[in-house]
Amino acid sequence: MSGWPLLSIVTFLPLVGVFFVAIVGGEDAVAKNRIRMTALVTTVFTFLVSLLILARFDTANPGFQLTEKAAWIGGYFNYAMGVDGISVLFVILTTFLMPFCILASWDSVDRRVKEYMIAFLVLETLMIGVFTATDLMLFYVFFEAGLIPMFIIIGVWGGPRRVYASFKFFLYTLLGSILMLVAMVAMYWQAGTADIPTLLGHKFPAGMQTWLWLAFFASFAVKMPMWPVHTWLPDAHVEAPTAGSVILAGILLKMGGYGFLRFSLPMFPLASDHFAPLVFTLSVVAIIYTSLVALMQEDIKKLIAYSSVAHMGFVTMGIFSGNMQGIQGGIFQMISHGFVSAALFLCVGVVYDRMHTREIAAYGGLVNRMPWYAVAFLIFTMANVGLPGTSGFVGEFLTLIGAFQANTWVAFFATTGVILSAGYALWLYRKVVFGALEKSSLAGMLDLDRREKAILYPLVAVTILYGVWPAPILNTIAASTSALVVKYQAAIEAVTKTAALTH
Amino acid sequence: MYSAIVFLPLIGFLIAGAIALFAHPTAPDGAAALSGHGHDAHGHGSHGHASHGHASHGHASHGHDDHGHGHGHAADDHGHGHDDHHPSAPGSRAAELVTSSLMVVAALLSWVAFVSVGLGTGEAVRVPLFAWIQSGTLSVDWAIRVDTLTAVMLVVVNSVSALVHIYSTGYMSHDPHRPRFFAYLSLFTFAMLMLVTSDNLLQMFFGWEGVGVASYLLIGFWFQKPSANAAAIKAFVVNRVGDFGFALGIFGVYVLFNSIEFTTIFANAQAMVGHKLHFLNGNVDALTVICLLLFMGAMGKSAQFLLHTWLPDAMEGPTPVSALIHAATMVTAGVFMVARLSPLFELAPTALAVVTFIGATTAFFAATVGLVQNDIKRVIAYSTCSQLGYMFAALGVGAYSAGVFHLFTHAFFKALLFLGAGSVIHAVSGEQDIRRMGGLKEHIPLTYSMMVIGTLALTGFGVPFSQVGFAGFNSKDAIIESAFMGHGVFATYAFMLLVIAALFTSFYSWRLIFMTFWGAPRAPKEVMDHVHESPRSMTVPLMILAFGAVFAGMLFTGLFNGYGHGWEAIKGHYDAFWKGALFTGPENRMIEETHNAPLLVKASPFIAMVIGFVTAYWFYVVDPSRPGAVAAQNPGLYKFLLNKWYFDELYDFLFVRPAKWLGRFLWKEGDGRVIDGLGPDGVSARVVDLTQQVVRLQTGYLYHYAFVMMIGIAALVTYMMLGGSH
Repeated sequence: MSGWPLLSIVTFLPLVGVFFVAIVGGEDAVAKNRIRMTALVTTVFTFLVSLLILARFDTANPGFQLTEKAAWIGGYFNYAMGVDGISVLFVILTTFLMPFCILASWDSVDRRVKEYMIAFLVLETLMIGVFTATDLMLFYVFFEAGLIPMFIIIGVWGGPRRVYASFKFFLYTLLGSILMLVAMVAMYWQAGTADIPTLLGHKFPAGMQTWLWLAFFASFAVKMPMWPVHTWLPDAHVEAPTAGSVILAGILLKMGGYGFLRFSLPMFPLASDHFAPLVFTLSVVAIIYTSLVALMQEDIKKLIAYSSVAHMGFVTMGIFSGNMQGIQGGIFQMISHGFVSAALFLCVGVVYDRMHTREIAAYGGLVNRMPWYAVAFLIFTMANVGLPGTSGFVGEFLTLIGAFQANTWVAFFATTGVILSAGYALWLYRKVVFGALEKSSLAGMLDLDRREKAILYPLVAVTILYGVWPAPILNTIAASTSALVVKYQAAIEAVTKTAALTH
Repeated sequence: MYSAIVFLPLIGFLIAGAIALFAHPTAPDGAAALSGHGHDAHGHGSHGHASHGHASHGHASHGHDDHGHGHGHAADDHGHGHDDHHPSAPGSRAAELVTSSLMVVAALLSWVAFVSVGLGTGEAVRVPLFAWIQSGTLSVDWAIRVDTLTAVMLVVVNSVSALVHIYSTGYMSHDPHRPRFFAYLSLFTFAMLMLVTSDNLLQMFFGWEGVGVASYLLIGFWFQKPSANAAAIKAFVVNRVGDFGFALGIFGVYVLFNSIEFTTIFANAQAMVGHKLHFLNGNVDALTVICLLLFMGAMGKSAQFLLHTWLPDAMEGPTPVSALIHAATMVTAGVFMVARLSPLFELAPTALAVVTFIGATTAFFAATVGLVQNDIKRVIAYSTCSQLGYMFAALGVGAYSAGVFHLFTHAFFKALLFLGAGSVIHAVSGEQDIRRMGGLKEHIPLTYSMMVIGTLALTGFGVPFSQVGFAGFNSKDAIIESAFMGHGVFATYAFMLLVIAALFTSFYSWRLIFMTFWGAPRAPKEVMDHVHESPRSMTVPLMILAFGAVFAGMLFTGLFNGYGHGWEAIKGHYDAFWKGALFTGPENRMIEETHNAPLLVKASPFIAMVIGFVTAYWFYVVDPSRPGAVAAQNPGLYKFLLNKWYFDELYDFLFVRPAKWLGRFLWKEGDGRVIDGLGPDGVSARVVDLTQQVVRLQTGYLYHYAFVMMIGIAALVTYMMLGGSH
């Protein structure tokens, strides 16, 4: 089956699930369960098939693999797919997290189940497409279209202020995507192709790089989100249903970082180098600012959302340090944050489903009734704090050591994040889990049931496994990262040399 | 064997942890849980906590665990009868047996390792496990490295840990959460062992943070107590302030050496002397700045001046925890780190001067605070802080072996003092305030004699000008002599402060003994009626530690510090033991020079000790009204000391409040008013003004968005088709 278009299969498998979900008739409990089961089977099957990508992926090859190409839209664009070391793990991360989303929505979503599952399956296809597309046009379609199901998920199954949250997201994203579209047009005009592998080899003029970089930055910075365009994220998280938050934190936030790695750094190296100080500043501000804000939150989800912004600050800082540790650390941090933050939101979902409130003050002393929950939550909290031995540490450490080589001030300020993260994360844990069980509303809380255990335990396992043994991830991304770093440094050096010659 | 030493505690942790989870004594539903919680019964073993999680938390007046239990079981505390009153989690016995026996095996193996590595002739052993992080030229392995310094630490950590495990089987016998407790203890031990056996800075950091988490969990072991939770978080966060420096230090080492493995660093350290590192705004001496950053980590972990505030609060944890983590092992990790990195520090004299300064200041500062504290555990905690300062002072003047030797002896007598204090607390129904004790020596003579031995060891009792004395006599005096003979800029400063601190140490230690054991009982009659000696599971560990507190100094001083006459002989014996694990430069002759200290200097700690003892005797035995009078004459000074130099208040004012204020300000004003106000809310307000209608999401924005996107795609395609042909 080596001739099969594996990437396309993985990308569009969820749509097959959509078909089966759509033909389920009836509105009763049986039908709903059948829909849930269909969605679960689809996502699990997609995950299993996506593992074939890993099996056939050659970690020594820095270029695109498993490529597919077909003429599209009258031959002006291609339907082109491929993965390299930078993108392949995001595909797996997406397929890995989806079954958890379906499971997390099992009981909590009881309204319009069919539409809900369809939205999630369509979203999965679009998200995978972002990471597998190797044509500008195709990338753009996936990148932008993915927001539509997310809007629907927040807007239909979200909390009371869902309209405000969606609208905020909409405004931010709109500006970014228009600019990115313009930049893509300009790139096509300049290079004469929309083929990403070709564009990666194309040298854009220095002046043009600046504008293109800025346009892409507008879009990716919102997605990331970077300070100061981050305020949509806490609102979106708070309003989104649990599974929506999982996808938002786990995958959608990574598209910005992926974009920087796919476009900004390799295609506009001079501009990236030029603007690195700006990115550093925004990253450091994000780390300190949002950590301080997180310290004062009263809503569990908001606190985790702000901590996500801080963690993404480490990612952007690492990526733009432009060296091996920084970039590898940035990718690792994204993957790790993908399942750690997803797990944290799932943990919130567990208690939200019981109490229907996210107020920190409404909880306290859960460990008395829920020891298994307390252990799982503790491990994810520690991973969020960046404790060595959990996956959260590896990315944080590598990005910091990368940043230290680029600029010690940046590393200095960013490292204060390790103090602040301990502050807010442990404070949250104490308020929710520790203490005496004094609130009568909590007296009947039950510990994790089978479904919840099935959700959280695998995530506990990967959090510790990749903290102790990150080699599988680091090895997969090493070759492509190394090629990117070499190319990036060479481009910068070439300019410095020319500049030296002309003087 | 080395793998067994390190991983046996991990196995113990996993087994006990599994027991703790599967046999968790879950509170019953509803009202029962709530009513069971509010008990304030001063337990007589039958007060209805049976089904509730924690026996201890109803006791508002004290933070002790098992004071509530029955009182008729002085001799055998393993009484099964008590389980009727305090049913603990099923499997508790199994958990403590498994963890304790694994620890005993690990401890015995550690002594084997000590003999074979320290007394043998072999090179340092390195057992690679597997690769951890590899990125570019950065390559870090999980590995076990055992040289003499590690062997010393293995002995200290595992011996004390094994004894504390055994002691806890008695001390914690009435806590319903024993499996969890023993799991944490073993987890701590494992992390500590990873720290001391590391062969690179990152694994050390792993152990470093690992012990931090274990400490966090153990301080907050009684998680229903708000003060315990606050202390746990404080300990972790203050340690993270130190780790901030540690982490930056690791980055600096990597930039300088292109590696963070000890072997590579040490081999190239000499070549890096004088190298500059661009750090922050300036080009600074690379080794100095790296050592200072790393030392910041040591300051946090070892509770040195400015980063010490967490240690006294950490006494919220159960007393065995204080003995193991906050006296004997974890807090000495900073000392270990500087000793381990002696090849770097030795080449950075400025950094060493700072180490001396901080160490001596801490020794003095903590001793002054210890003078007036009334909580038995806090007195010992400040004493620990002070003794750690001694160790750093020794390291700072280049007397590494003296510092490590004091670490070694201190582990025995300080663990003894803490566990003895636990035995006292156990006897007086959980009371920790020495003002409400007194007259206990007839009731608990064994505990009393153990505490006296610990005090004699701590205050450095011995025969002047000889090596005959309790453990602290040999190790502390060596430090004071090194400080006098040291060459650094702060050596004399250190000498003076250390001698004064020795006087204070003697005073507060004997004050504690006199107030606790002598005089008339000040405890209520019902407490005194119940005073009982601790069970054998607790007293036997005390006696073993007492043996160490008496003999460790005499037996090991020659081994650690070298012996013989003349430089060649001393250095020869020194090298035969350490085999280069502690690095000293060619000019560093501290091990010989200390022997040449003037007689008055050699006698000074003894004199200070006697003065302290006599004063304490006068104040608390001869004329017990004196202390009150002295305090009344110097109210300002007394309050200053009682309030620990106001560090907590100062930090609250300087850091905690501003951080909270800033957090709220940035959230409400920054995010809320400025960013949202100018950005989305402002824009949306305009949009809403224009449309004057509330648009439902499904029919409104979403389609707008999709529409815009489609237009965009259409525009792009059109453009490509028309203009893309060129």
